[in-house]
Amino acid sequence: MTTANPMIELKSVTHAYKTKAGPLPVLDALTLQIPENSFCAVVGPSGCGKSTLTRLVSGLMKPNEGEVWLHDQKVTSPRPTVGMAFQNPVLLEWRTILQNVMLPFEIVKSPMSKAEAHDRAMHLLDLVGLAGFEGKRPSELSGGMRQRASLCRSIIHKPDVLILDEPFGALDAFTREDLWCTMHDLREAEPFTCLLITHDLRESVFLADQVIVLSGRPAHAQYVLDVDITGKRTLDDLYTPKAAEMLATLRHQIQVAQGRATDADAPLDGHPTKAEGAA
Amino acid sequence: MNETARKILAPIVFIVGILALWEFAVWYNQLPDFRMASPSDLFPHYAEFADLFIVKSWETLWRTVVGLALAVVVGTLIGMLMGFSRFARDGLYPILVGFNAIPKATVVPIVALMFVGQHDFNTILIAFMISFFPIAVSVSIGLSTLEPEYRDILRSLGASNTTIFWKIALPKTLPEFFGALKVAVTLAFIGTNLMEIVSPHGRGLGDLFDSARISSDYPLMFAVLFAMAALGIVLFYIVVFLERIFAGWAERAPS
Repeated sequence: MTTANPMIELKSVTHAYKTKAGPLPVLDALTLQIPENSFCAVVGPSGCGKSTLTRLVSGLMKPNEGEVWLHDQKVTSPRPTVGMAFQNPVLLEWRTILQNVMLPFEIVKSPMSKAEAHDRAMHLLDLVGLAGFEGKRPSELSGGMRQRASLCRSIIHKPDVLILDEPFGALDAFTREDLWCTMHDLREAEPFTCLLITHDLRESVFLADQVIVLSGRPAHAQYVLDVDITGKRTLDDLYTPKAAEMLATLRHQIQVAQGRATDADAPLDGHPTKAEGAA
Repeated sequence: MNETARKILAPIVFIVGILALWEFAVWYNQLPDFRMASPSDLFPHYAEFADLFIVKSWETLWRTVVGLALAVVVGTLIGMLMGFSRFARDGLYPILVGFNAIPKATVVPIVALMFVGQHDFNTILIAFMISFFPIAVSVSIGLSTLEPEYRDILRSLGASNTTIFWKIALPKTLPEFFGALKVAVTLAFIGTNLMEIVSPHGRGLGDLFDSARISSDYPLMFAVLFAMAALGIVLFYIVVFLERIFAGWAERAPS
């Protein structure tokens, strides 16, 4: 799935953290491309550098080697065309939900007028099912509702790129599935390029157009799965033989990444495209 | 009983109960008032020295508040320095702990000699010195324990460090700040009275206490103690009131 102008492109990115015991390499010549308006999920064993990836793409950190490109521009610092949401919704407890959602407008110069910004916030809150809660404080909301508000905040300023670092990780299964559907609704309403970090293989298959499996630390792109579910997805799409096959393949690749299996133990014959360097 | 009525009635019931118990104990044991004054001995003194109580209370009050305000400004600045710079924190912490450990009663004569005759200034200085430590520590802890995600949320949009401080770090530290301010307000009050009693200069409730002691008016001594307690309560609840305005969001609804 290579297009002429990928929205997000990592060119042979290598990164290591400085620790007392010497450098800890986390990413090793990681190369990947995410086309505009597509949804890319990244899975991999824990501690393999997934969160590092989000910090590099958002410009919060610079890689030791290699380059990160967003929209044909090299990333050197954070940019307002990016939205972010984390596992922790990090809502500001002293603000109302509406004030939290509007927070990016206080930092980012937006062409929208105050009234337009307000209307957009109310519209997004309505879209994620938080209509009527705009005046509440975060402490008055449940975990799932807080995460919904956090999602609204991350896309309020119409970013080109949305980076999600395990935003549904701490939620119960039903709320999580509910939010998956909300994500699809949001993208249907206004397309954006999305990079999702997750531990949940079902989540990756349900949400993403392509799933990238990172190898163990230091990570490179070990495997790329193109999710070929056409049309509007419903949760039922996760309970088809095709989905089961994709999940089995991903599971296997994770085990390979963990060093617990080799390619010879592959669960099914003829699984999809194998990554050769770039996707 | 509704919430508001309970909040007002409960302390009154307890105060009246304790005063009654005290009155009874003094009467039952037939204690002379130089050993233990009873509450009924106090009221004539308040009536007799009403104007004195008002003037002296005001002297104690304004110097406490100015000392505390100084402690808030300096304590917050030191706390910010220690919160943002690990170097400053490692360097300043032992010095602050050492300074805090010095009993301020020993500092009073030194200060009194250093700035001879500057009574108001000296009193404010002691109130400040005794009360800035908890503020500095709580602000530094509040700032240094700010979760990185909070910073990232704004940084990823390109916000400057100053913006992050005003929008997130400062408001997020307010509950800790007010927790420390509740401790500091009482400490500042103690500092003011310490100066007034250890280095008498004719001002404040401490001076009234000292006069009562010298003239062996024991019930008046008790009366001053009660006035001090009342003033301390007023100061404390002013801080609680401010906390509710500025950091009320941190309070959970009772469940």
